[in-house]
Amino acid sequence: MISNSIKKRLISLALLVLMIAIAMFCLGPLFFLLSSSFKPGSEMIRNGITLKLDIGKMNLNNYKLLWEGKDGIYLYWYRNSVIITFLGTVLSLILSSLVGYGLAMYKFKGRNFLFILILIVMMTPIEILILPLYKLSIAIRFIDTYRGVILPFAVSPFAVFFFRQYAGKLSREFMDAGRIDGCSEFGIYFRIMMPLMLPAFGAMTILQAMSNWNAFVWPLIVLRSNEMLTLPIGLQSLLTPYGNNYDLLLSGVVMSIIPIMIVFWCNQKAFISGLTVGGVKG
Amino acid sequence: MNTGTMKNTNLLPGKAGMKVHLKQQKIAPYIFVLPFILSFSIFFLYPIISTVIMSFQEILGPKDVTFIGLKNYRNMINEHFFNAIWVTTRYTFLTILVLVPLPMILAVFLNRRKTIGRNFFRSAFFIPALTSVIVAGLFFRLAFGEQDTTLVNMILGVFGLPKRTWLQQGSTAMMVMVIVCTWRWLGVNIIYFLSGLQSIPVEQYESASIDGANEWQKFLRITVPGLKPVIIYVVTISVYGGYAMFSESYLLFGPRSPGDIGLTLVSLIYQLGFFENNLGAGSAVGITLLGIVMLINMVQLTLTGFFKKESD
Repeated sequence: MISNSIKKRLISLALLVLMIAIAMFCLGPLFFLLSSSFKPGSEMIRNGITLKLDIGKMNLNNYKLLWEGKDGIYLYWYRNSVIITFLGTVLSLILSSLVGYGLAMYKFKGRNFLFILILIVMMTPIEILILPLYKLSIAIRFIDTYRGVILPFAVSPFAVFFFRQYAGKLSREFMDAGRIDGCSEFGIYFRIMMPLMLPAFGAMTILQAMSNWNAFVWPLIVLRSNEMLTLPIGLQSLLTPYGNNYDLLLSGVVMSIIPIMIVFWCNQKAFISGLTVGGVKG
Repeated sequence: MNTGTMKNTNLLPGKAGMKVHLKQQKIAPYIFVLPFILSFSIFFLYPIISTVIMSFQEILGPKDVTFIGLKNYRNMINEHFFNAIWVTTRYTFLTILVLVPLPMILAVFLNRRKTIGRNFFRSAFFIPALTSVIVAGLFFRLAFGEQDTTLVNMILGVFGLPKRTWLQQGSTAMMVMVIVCTWRWLGVNIIYFLSGLQSIPVEQYESASIDGANEWQKFLRITVPGLKPVIIYVVTISVYGGYAMFSESYLLFGPRSPGDIGLTLVSLIYQLGFFENNLGAGSAVGITLLGIVMLINMVQLTLTGFFKKESD
């Protein structure tokens, strides 16, 4: 009996060690990027990322470059990311919630068909469509514009799915009450149902904003000129075959993570509930 | 149903008003779903049709297009293509091998009341998922760099192991890609498994304890079968995430990797389209990839009984 309880304790200890190791694996990269961002970029080229902290050599020069480096291009990237994230998120929430609500609350011809189409879009990686979408973007003058980044993915199938799930739980009696009071169908949505769906909007705002802020593949293709790039695309452009500009890259990466981290610390629950409703139990 | 109940109330608007309402109720849903119909037609259906057409064409310029039948597909079958399929498939397989069992076990630990610091660990595991792929790409590119002093080589040095040029050899390059993927998605998969664990009834564990089952037996007999829907879901998203992999390879190796070690199917589409200006050949690879993904999805949906549910 005693040996059994010792065995149990040993297993628990081993598990704890494993969890700590994995937590270090998860957080370590962010720590090293942060500490490296205070070192000169030439140090990165010579030695890579090192365990030594060398506090004496650390300084804030890389952070000054955010304003001064390459004519302050980083500020353009930041501005573009903020605008695209804001407009993209607002548009996506409005459109996706309308679609999700419509699918959940009305019975109409073609509803199941539409639902299957949404599943198909969800299951098709957009990476497959980069060439035809690029060709279309040239034809409709989307290249190098905000609308070109935002519009093709403004209706997010995941968000539609999420809103449909959430709206489905609301009582239809609210709608009937609205009709009796003489509201139009859209009045019912905007005045009665949308306010009831606010928690869903909260969770989706965070997830959509995060995915817009981090978006990589499509902006990489549709954005061309340096002043139009978003943060991830601008930062990757510093990795060139002719040598990498680590000075600006490291401080730039750190500054691009900070806003999401702040939002995450304030709304951890919303992140997680937004992720899990997506159909795991479906 | 909702209109049926209204007929018995005295609060009804006049007959004419009722008609307007019914008409509105018939049209309204189509207006609600219109954004999806438009975006689906313009940004999904049209591109698919146009890529199918392009895959049968030689495109030298906007006006210089010739129909060449299956030539793009015939030309596609070469060393690069097979290499891309091999890299992509191996990558997908390995990521599933890591990203199903590991998060499942971690989720089980995180779900136990006894575990110390549950919230801390859950957040710690999840934080990488908040960052853009550039963060993972930059860190692992540096950490697996070729310098003797860089993180991984330095750690190997401590154990007296030989240093390597990680990002220039096929087998180690694959390993780094799988590590990057694990870093980015481990926390997300843990959240999926954690939510799956909440739906397994506690009574099952209690009665198993009465029958004298140990922890390991409970895990195999109750937890794993109970998590089956989550396992299927995670495998599905891993399959199409794996086959669509591009950014990680792009950031680790640049648009063209040495000896094609990081060449995935999407990287091949990107190279053909944007470096060789060969939209036709790129489209042929795209259609092939679409076929592969659709096939896997069909198999998966059939296995999970999705089509049965719909036909009821």
